[in-house]
Amino acid sequence: MGWAQRFKDAALTALVALALAFPLLGFRTTDIGDGFTTRFNWVAIATAATFGGRLLLGLVPQRFRLQQYAARYTALPQGKAVTLAAAALILFAILLPISPFGSRRTIDLATLALIYVILGWGLNVVVGLAGLLDLGYVAFYAVGAYSFALAAEWYGLSFWEMLPIAGMISAVAGILLGLPVLRLRGDYLAIVTLGFGEIVRIVLNNWSAMTNGPNGIGDIPRPTVFGMPIAPGAPEGVTTFNHFFDVAYDPLQRLIWLYYVCLAAALVINWFSLRIRRLPVGRAWEALREDEIACRALGLNPHTIKLTAFATGAMIGGFAGAIFAAKQGFISPESFNFQESATVVSIVVLGGMGSQLGIALAAVILATLPEFGRELAQYRMLFFGAAMVAIMIWRPRGLFTVRAPSVRLDQP
Amino acid sequence: MNQTALLTVENLSMRFGGVVAVNDVSFTAYEREITAIIGPNGAGKTTVFNCLTGFYRPSAGSLVLTHDGQSFRLERLQGHRIARDAGVARTFQNVRLFAGMTVLENLVVAQHAVLTRASYYNFGGLLGLKSHRAAERAAIARAREWLDLIGLTARADEVAGNLPYGAQRRLEIVRAMCTGPRLLCVDEPAAGLNPHESADLARFLVLIRDRFGIGVLLIEHDMSVVMGISDHVIVLNYGEKIADGAPGDIRHDPTVIAAYLGEEEEA
Repeated sequence: MGWAQRFKDAALTALVALALAFPLLGFRTTDIGDGFTTRFNWVAIATAATFGGRLLLGLVPQRFRLQQYAARYTALPQGKAVTLAAAALILFAILLPISPFGSRRTIDLATLALIYVILGWGLNVVVGLAGLLDLGYVAFYAVGAYSFALAAEWYGLSFWEMLPIAGMISAVAGILLGLPVLRLRGDYLAIVTLGFGEIVRIVLNNWSAMTNGPNGIGDIPRPTVFGMPIAPGAPEGVTTFNHFFDVAYDPLQRLIWLYYVCLAAALVINWFSLRIRRLPVGRAWEALREDEIACRALGLNPHTIKLTAFATGAMIGGFAGAIFAAKQGFISPESFNFQESATVVSIVVLGGMGSQLGIALAAVILATLPEFGRELAQYRMLFFGAAMVAIMIWRPRGLFTVRAPSVRLDQP
Repeated sequence: MNQTALLTVENLSMRFGGVVAVNDVSFTAYEREITAIIGPNGAGKTTVFNCLTGFYRPSAGSLVLTHDGQSFRLERLQGHRIARDAGVARTFQNVRLFAGMTVLENLVVAQHAVLTRASYYNFGGLLGLKSHRAAERAAIARAREWLDLIGLTARADEVAGNLPYGAQRRLEIVRAMCTGPRLLCVDEPAAGLNPHESADLARFLVLIRDRFGIGVLLIEHDMSVVMGISDHVIVLNYGEKIADGAPGDIRHDPTVIAAYLGEEEEA
């Protein structure tokens, strides 16, 4: 690169910095006077620093650039190593509550992360495998959470009774969404699903007679330990977990039990996802993602394939919703806004579409980053954004991009 | 020769607004025969294919497929049922493989209907039933036979999109054959192939016809392929059928020569 080109490059970058810094750094609101003061000297400093920095960066010879080394020395495991890494992660997850990290805060955070892992795997069926961009996934999460909360309130059904039913209700919701969008693809599908997510949230918010509106539903029962609640005391005729095992009640026990319930659900869903990928319907999903027209020419019904993908993804979302309701003990429509859908889509994209391990890692990163960033106070979201940008530079196609074939010739 | 009619097309017309792409075309394709449809660009060959395979609904006319004592009105069937129930498989002018999946997976997806039934609509497969595992093994064995035939066995676990162009074309034909069709429609299979590859492909189509006893409908511009292997040639021009007969007769037909060479209309 010649000097002229370096200067041009640096000048362009400085121009972008100037455009960003002028409104962001140049004005500062105040309580007195006109309402704002100007700090154009800050803008000048930022622009000059960007120009200089970019120019210096241009001087670094190609072979000393970090980018190429970053990819080489931080290569993620492949093949057998993936199995090992997954096993290590599961072992860590099982031991977490009894490890030194097992504080109240980390277990709570880990449970939340696991819910995101489940959501990520569920959306992966729709986005990663079937290639249908769904921006309203949170709707199924909400349907699952509300079915459990309402059934508990009206009919006194327990978590374990409602978990499968919530999944089924969500699957039906998935089919209901799927039917009108069968003919849509790509951007159009994304917009309609986005609308569906908002419709569900707005209905929950406004149908007060049914959902108690923005006030939400509280007193959602916690999961019992094989029918025994974890509680300091119980009404007549009910044996508590603490009484049965003769241990003193500690609120942490409830948290740990919920964590294990969530972990077990995640492991079952992982098994299910890995298995269904190797079944005819799983291969059909991937074929649909690759080429819908070829699918039809081979006798596969694209409508059925799409509906099964929506139903399966929605069912998993419904499970996650029921677990979320049980974890919080209280749900309101505000927990199911577009932000949640966007987070789950980011998890699937960051993880590398179609990869179970990648999605699990991305879910853990995205769920915990904002929490670990709390010390950064007002710079938290800046840090969060920078971390996402870094991951996308480092691995533009997601953390794990290697796709394992569903069948092999040598080992059928 | 005992010729059994496999596909009977009668008075097929396809209009797009004011444009008549196919106008009142009738022809018959027979079992165990290669029927070629030729004609200059824009003559309506691919439109006929798209009507046959359910991608377009014909404006008028009937398409009847008859085999094993059953007959199917193709113009009334849904696209996927034409392939699944009537047994019509096709390839595309611009290859449409599942590029991100492996070669073997492409062939296993084509056997979807059989595998779905054997796995009790996937629920049996989820539980790991024997019937599903046996069916999957059979599907892989069947795919392997086809791969042996086109010399791609060694690359079975590679991503289909990475294959060279000629291999992709062969794989697409084989994938269509894995659906177990009675009529195979191939749209310009020799496009982009060198003369050596074209000759290979022609031999392969003859093998399919002879070994599986199915009808092949072929759209092709490469006359060495068409004249070499077709039993029967249909010529379209501006959406109308201008000739129909054995390759030897077509070669000397003055209307066909005029259509291809763009001669002045004969006085």
